[in-house]
Amino acid sequence: MMGVLWFWLVGCMIVAYVVLDGFDLGTGVLHLFVAHREDERRMVVQSIGPVWDGNEVWLLAGGGTLYFAFPWLYASAFSGFYLPLMIVLWLLVVRGVTLELRNHIDVGVWRALLDGLFAVASLLLTIFLGAALANVIRGVPLQADGYFFLPLWTDWRPGVHPGVLDWYTVLGGLLACTALTLHGALWLSLKTTGEVERRAARLVPVLWTVVLVLTLLSVPATMAVQPATLVNYNRYPVTYLLPLAVLGSLVATLLLHRRGQAFRAFLGSCAYLACMLVGACWGLFPTLLPATTGADRSITLSAAISSPYTLHVGLLWWIFGMLLAILYFTISYTMFCGKVGRVSRHP
Amino acid sequence: MNPEVMHRLQFAFTVTFHYLFPQLTMGLALLIVILKTIALRTGDERWDQAARFWGRIFGINFVFGVVTGIPMEFEFGTNWAQFSRMTGGVIGQPLAMEGVFSFFLESAFLGLFLYGEKRLTRTWHWLSSVLVFLGSWLSGFFIIVTDAWMQHPVAYQINARGQFEITSFLGLLTNPWAILQYLHNMCGAVITGAFVMAATGAFYLLEDRLQEYARIYLRVGVTVGILASIAIIFPTGDLHGKYVAHHQPVSIAAMEGLFHTEKGAGLVLMGQPDETTGQIDNPIVVNSVLSFLIYGTTKAEVQGLDAFPRDQWPSTLPLLFYAYHIMAGLGTYFVAVMALAAFLLWRNRLWTSRWMLWALLLSFPLPYIANTAGWMTAEIGRQPWLVYGLLRTGQGFSSTVSASNTLFTLLGFMGLYTLLAILFIVLIYREISRGPGVEAHALTTH
Repeated sequence: MMGVLWFWLVGCMIVAYVVLDGFDLGTGVLHLFVAHREDERRMVVQSIGPVWDGNEVWLLAGGGTLYFAFPWLYASAFSGFYLPLMIVLWLLVVRGVTLELRNHIDVGVWRALLDGLFAVASLLLTIFLGAALANVIRGVPLQADGYFFLPLWTDWRPGVHPGVLDWYTVLGGLLACTALTLHGALWLSLKTTGEVERRAARLVPVLWTVVLVLTLLSVPATMAVQPATLVNYNRYPVTYLLPLAVLGSLVATLLLHRRGQAFRAFLGSCAYLACMLVGACWGLFPTLLPATTGADRSITLSAAISSPYTLHVGLLWWIFGMLLAILYFTISYTMFCGKVGRVSRHP
Repeated sequence: MNPEVMHRLQFAFTVTFHYLFPQLTMGLALLIVILKTIALRTGDERWDQAARFWGRIFGINFVFGVVTGIPMEFEFGTNWAQFSRMTGGVIGQPLAMEGVFSFFLESAFLGLFLYGEKRLTRTWHWLSSVLVFLGSWLSGFFIIVTDAWMQHPVAYQINARGQFEITSFLGLLTNPWAILQYLHNMCGAVITGAFVMAATGAFYLLEDRLQEYARIYLRVGVTVGILASIAIIFPTGDLHGKYVAHHQPVSIAAMEGLFHTEKGAGLVLMGQPDETTGQIDNPIVVNSVLSFLIYGTTKAEVQGLDAFPRDQWPSTLPLLFYAYHIMAGLGTYFVAVMALAAFLLWRNRLWTSRWMLWALLLSFPLPYIANTAGWMTAEIGRQPWLVYGLLRTGQGFSSTVSASNTLFTLLGFMGLYTLLAILFIVLIYREISRGPGVEAHALTTH
């Protein structure tokens, strides 16, 4: 019971990370396209500057929670995905530094370099995040000792010994990339003004169409690569509402955007991302990491869960900590709500 | 190539580079609260302006601390998988709490502190600096709880799967080792902050500009600096050292370079330990002092390395010896230089004593070296164990990650961090040469 609870608590933290950091990643992908002049760039950076770091903390808090609730999963997955995770770390370093420090540089050439690096790092991160999720759904070649090591690529086909990148995970990467870019475009049309807002808004329908196509493609692809994802859905048919909610929120996003309701459109995109992730988690449950080398080697909830005392104590401080975190986020987002000004100078 | 060595090198390199930034932000967080408190109580705008300047320095350091800190949490899993699998139920707990309790707090209120001053009342802005301080010091606490459990495991049992699990959450958080190490470590962070602040003040006075701010920085930096420099030796260093001597006697013997068990053991101030001959070359020794420092009497017997089997000696023993001596030597120097500066400050002669200002200016890198050496002492002293006495380092690394892959990523980190270091130096140099009180400072806005 505790195991099931922690599965979904970690799931919630991943959703929070993707929904929150998702918009600043998407903003990073877009900023070269929607902001051309320096004052426009500043407006874009200002829209995420005070909040991106807090958003990224969800990744750390989620990772830490995974660590103590499912130590074996954490150990096996993190060492098995060694190379892609290191690349993700480097990208996170580059992205954080370039975003925060561009405004400290007053030489145009160097600032342009930082802007470019920020965009590239954001883009690659969105792809890697999607590919990571697709890897977990597809499964990994777990050995008898519960560990594995994935090369970056092998023959680009999912199979018993796939690489991190194969056609399926690349599809997942592209889907995440466009979905988060759409998320970012909706954030920008909510937070910015003038030309930037108009350019971001113009990109929404284009991105939306690609997201829709890729989402629809991902369904048969997932069923082909990992048929076991359907087991839970067939056992509880009511959960087929989840994929419907995915489509519903995606359609609602575009309709609300067309009506000029930027905030609600953004919420629609949040709902889309959340439903996609919850749907994927539900497809996996109660497996945490499927094995391509035989189902008996899969890492399951009951095998990886920590001891009851650890989880009980953890639950107490976790609930308290989450209430505090929600309070901080409310204060912070309220304080910086509304459209960002053109260039507000430091006092 | 030996995979264990590669994993250790990568972790050591990334964590050493990382800790250059948090030691300053934790120290500065306290100093900024002091500046903001005086500003709030006196209503003097100069103290606000002084705090704003250090807020900018804090902000730059914070970014580097964050981006180099994320790899640390990941590396537990990527490089130390077997260790993580066995201990996750224990140390995963404080690591997750760091994210939940300190990073959310710190990131939210740093955003408000740096970018929200115009939107906040004076009291709220002061409060945001206090909350940033709280967040950063909590973060240090959780990390030290993690390390302390590895140094001195308490409140655990080993379950049927061979994994460690905690038996008392409170016991984990109140591990005596953690409390002592935390107090000692935070003094170290405050010393870094105080020396950097005092050095900046000295720089402006020597440059003959921004006198008002320079005096504020020197006054705060030297006052806090002398207090922290004393506190890091007595009581925190003294108590922590005695605790280590009690629970890791072999580490103390190696740190002090004591190869043979002795009554009335002398304190080696300098020398080069030779592991093969079992003696110190070119020693400078003060008789009986080591016995006194550990046991309070000059006659006491101190166990030397020969009292322990060779496979329990800390690996890379000479490095441990040097790290410890560098830390202790610099700690003594800090008291001397800060006491002198404090005396001159008290007699109102500091502003004109150029030699003292030069000494303060040139001393700013030393706390970084001392803090690094202190952590090396703690972590090399723990070897050859990951969890002291229970899990050897050779049993904890990720066996599926080859030495070649680790070298690949270590080189990647070295390259990336070299670029970061260059960027950091350029940015800090610019901020310091620009100085506080520059209005319409477009470059810090978001």
